[in-house]
Amino acid sequence: MKFFKLITKRRSIEEPSILEGGLSYIVLGVWAFICIFPIYWVIVTSFKEPYVVNQGPFYIPFWDFQPSLHAWDFVFMQESMNTLRPFFNTVIISLISALITLLIGSMAGYALVRIHYRPKIISIAFFILLLALGTFLIVKFGLDWRVTVISASAIFLLFIFTLSRRFKASLGNNDIGFWMISQRILPPVVVVIPIYIFFQQLGMLDSYPAMIITYVAINIPIVVWLMRDFFFSIPIDLEENAALDGASRYRIFTTIVLPLAKPGLSATFMLVLILCWNEYLLSLFISLTDTQTLPIMIASMNTTRGPQWWYMSVIIILMIIPVILIAMFLYRFIIRGLLVGAIKG
Amino acid sequence: MTQPNSIEEQLDRQAPAVFIMPAVLIVLFFSIFPLIVSLFVALSRLKFVKGGIQAKFIGTLNFKKLLFGSQQYHFLGKFDQLTLFGYCLIGIFLMIVIFWLYKYLRSGHSSIAGTIGRLVVATGMFFLTLLTIINLTTPKGLPGTLVVTLIYVILGVIIQYIIGLGLAMLCVQNIKGRNFFRMVFFIPMMITPVGIAYLFRMLTDMTKGPFAPIIMWLGMEESSWAVIPWGARIAVMIGDAWQWIPFMFIVLLAGLESLSTEQKEAAVMDGAGKWQIFRDITWPTLLPVSVTIILIRLIEAFKIIDLPNVMTNGGPGIATESLSLHSYFNWRTMDLSGSAAVGYLLMVVAVFICLSFVNIVKNRVEIAQR
Repeated sequence: MKFFKLITKRRSIEEPSILEGGLSYIVLGVWAFICIFPIYWVIVTSFKEPYVVNQGPFYIPFWDFQPSLHAWDFVFMQESMNTLRPFFNTVIISLISALITLLIGSMAGYALVRIHYRPKIISIAFFILLLALGTFLIVKFGLDWRVTVISASAIFLLFIFTLSRRFKASLGNNDIGFWMISQRILPPVVVVIPIYIFFQQLGMLDSYPAMIITYVAINIPIVVWLMRDFFFSIPIDLEENAALDGASRYRIFTTIVLPLAKPGLSATFMLVLILCWNEYLLSLFISLTDTQTLPIMIASMNTTRGPQWWYMSVIIILMIIPVILIAMFLYRFIIRGLLVGAIKG
Repeated sequence: MTQPNSIEEQLDRQAPAVFIMPAVLIVLFFSIFPLIVSLFVALSRLKFVKGGIQAKFIGTLNFKKLLFGSQQYHFLGKFDQLTLFGYCLIGIFLMIVIFWLYKYLRSGHSSIAGTIGRLVVATGMFFLTLLTIINLTTPKGLPGTLVVTLIYVILGVIIQYIIGLGLAMLCVQNIKGRNFFRMVFFIPMMITPVGIAYLFRMLTDMTKGPFAPIIMWLGMEESSWAVIPWGARIAVMIGDAWQWIPFMFIVLLAGLESLSTEQKEAAVMDGAGKWQIFRDITWPTLLPVSVTIILIRLIEAFKIIDLPNVMTNGGPGIATESLSLHSYFNWRTMDLSGSAAVGYLLMVVAVFICLSFVNIVKNRVEIAQR
């Protein structure tokens, strides 16, 4: 009885009793095991020879099986596997698109904080109307799309500089920000088919620019949203002083604002890099062979070769290790980035 | 004034447009424009001809095919006569909805717009619930891709939230190594779903996976989760949960950490039990954050495609096929219009559920907080 009292006694409100603390540790430990074990298993499997895998489960190298570099050797040395190409595709596409997204997104995020926009509702409505009309004419009557685009933009510009001045109702910066983030609700399958048709018409399917610009478009809303919050926290005084000294907005942005926002920039960059690195659906539709990325390659291995776990483990490791390394070093930043959206919501 | 200077000034005057236009144009061009084109694609029949694509406008035929025609079993599933159990469930659902509307109308601050909005939500929810009950509880009923997606989204998000909350509550106690757990729990979130799908296929291999001895001991090595519809669905949901519980955990932990201990101590002084502390102090603080992350997860969960595609390829039959995967399969057979139609229906359902959630739950929570 005394023992029971000892282990269930709370030392303070925050400090759990020994029994509770122990149970908490057990549950958390089990969950940590659940998180780590799959990754451990894939690493172990990559060092197994095929016959070892087929004989059944072996858990610890050197103790119950002899590790070998067979699968690694095969993946890196055999030309027929052709792993390195998708790997470098993924590296190139995600790096470049993350950089472009960061640049465009942080510019827009900065503008939404410091410049007041008043887009007129009537202009937006007219624009969407023209867009729908133009698309309808192209699809239904087979109009040449170049003619349609040029004439529609001419009409739109004419409208902006003449009629639209009579209307006053307009939106604000918050509306633009909300409009950007609401793009996340759209399921990518809805927008990817027109993008596919578009690139197919231009003969740009399976090319780097097509992949990069699509990735940029998908990730811009997140960057705008995150960077907007980071720019809010930068004091405006420095910028005002620089403006008094006659610096242009571009100079202020590149020499004052961007250096100050470095932590935010790096965290957002990493987040976008990971999102691009893991992107599956867009790549599935737009890439064929030349620009195939790692997720697609892993997914297609199944059908062509059957479950050859030892090779797949190597490729999965290639796929997840860079991300895990980034995550380990920068998890504070990334968590902060994630929390910005959630806590402020 | 010299010439280059005036060009610079010109540029500076255009700065507002230069800063925001690239982002606006890209988003316009890659999501608003495709959205409109997609509607046209869904309303027509596309054919690949030499040198391009030929489109023929056929109206709502593609949607009719999915909702009432030859593709109905695929999208909506198979129907059957409701059983007694099904009638009971529908009765319970209707009672809840009527009680909810009644409470709103009697609350004193009801408006016509609010009533109409609630009626729309109630009707939509009624049809989705009816469909789910018909598909899942009748002997011959089979869920189509719509109900399978709803299972992934609703059941999946609820499970992820509960486990994430439980882990965060354990971790926020004054125990050592909180940062270690936070970092370890964070890892699964960063891994690509395709990788997760293969990880789980390796782990659940009945004869070569690490749990083979346990399965052998249970005498189940001849069976496989992949041929049982619910087994396959649960496997996909476990993969999704493994990836997203960390997200719930991290955000909820941050929410719990911001909770002041003084309030709790005062409550303990007054003799409040654990359950009371949770109900009266912890839960109200967590509610806004919870609603936001559930909304984020709802939005993302509707897009699920990679896990079912790689783990089960949508099988057995169409048991694990999500709407995104359905759309992709249509596209793969060059049925672009069918694919766009499925995508559009997915968007309608996703927007309906997310907007209902925002209007009914989120706004109410925010008003209550003020």
